[in-house]
Amino acid sequence: MKIKVNGEEQAVEGSSISIAQLLKLNEVENPGMVTVQLDGEFVDKDNYEATQVKENNEVEFLYYMGGGSV
Amino acid sequence: MLKIKKTIYDQLLEHASREDPIEACGYLVEKDGEIIKHYEMTNTDQDREHFSMDPKEQFQVVKEVRAAGMKIKAVYHSHPETPARPSEEDIKLAFDPTMSYVIITLLKDSGDRIKSFLIKKGVVENEIIEIIE
Repeated sequence: MKIKVNGEEQAVEGSSISIAQLLKLNEVENPGMVTVQLDGEFVDKDNYEATQVKENNEVEFLYYMGGGSV
Repeated sequence: MLKIKKTIYDQLLEHASREDPIEACGYLVEKDGEIIKHYEMTNTDQDREHFSMDPKEQFQVVKEVRAAGMKIKAVYHSHPETPARPSEEDIKLAFDPTMSYVIITLLKDSGDRIKSFLIKKGVVENEIIEIIE
């Protein structure tokens, strides 16, 4: 199936894939530090395993950005 | 190497000064290999020693930058009271391996006011900044 990930078309085997699997496929090593939108809606981190991405869905993910001076 | 326009360089220093005493943060945007724009982001921590970006604001900027045919190249933040070098927390929280991590210090006698680093899996590498007109 074809989906869009961060604005780019991506071909994925099968008819669905979980958010967790998709992040792994995109070499995200710390999924807990990533925020995800599926078709513009935020996906709760607790639901990354259960939420399925299907044909023509649009997924956006970005890393937590933070730090400090100490 | 991070090629950054002098106007943007000066605006980063100004942003850091304006937010003092809290840490300023934002994104640097690249087109054709040069940093041509910066986005000032909200520090949701509102703290002098920490910063966090708001994911909702991050998504807005990321999509706007992409729609304009540009790319986010770096994330920056300021150190109001310490030099421009990654703290332990900066290194620990540098999760995005595609980013350059730029730090601005408000200390005027600690060398370069703005420095850039590549941080991957806890390993820090200095990145040269070239200021262009």
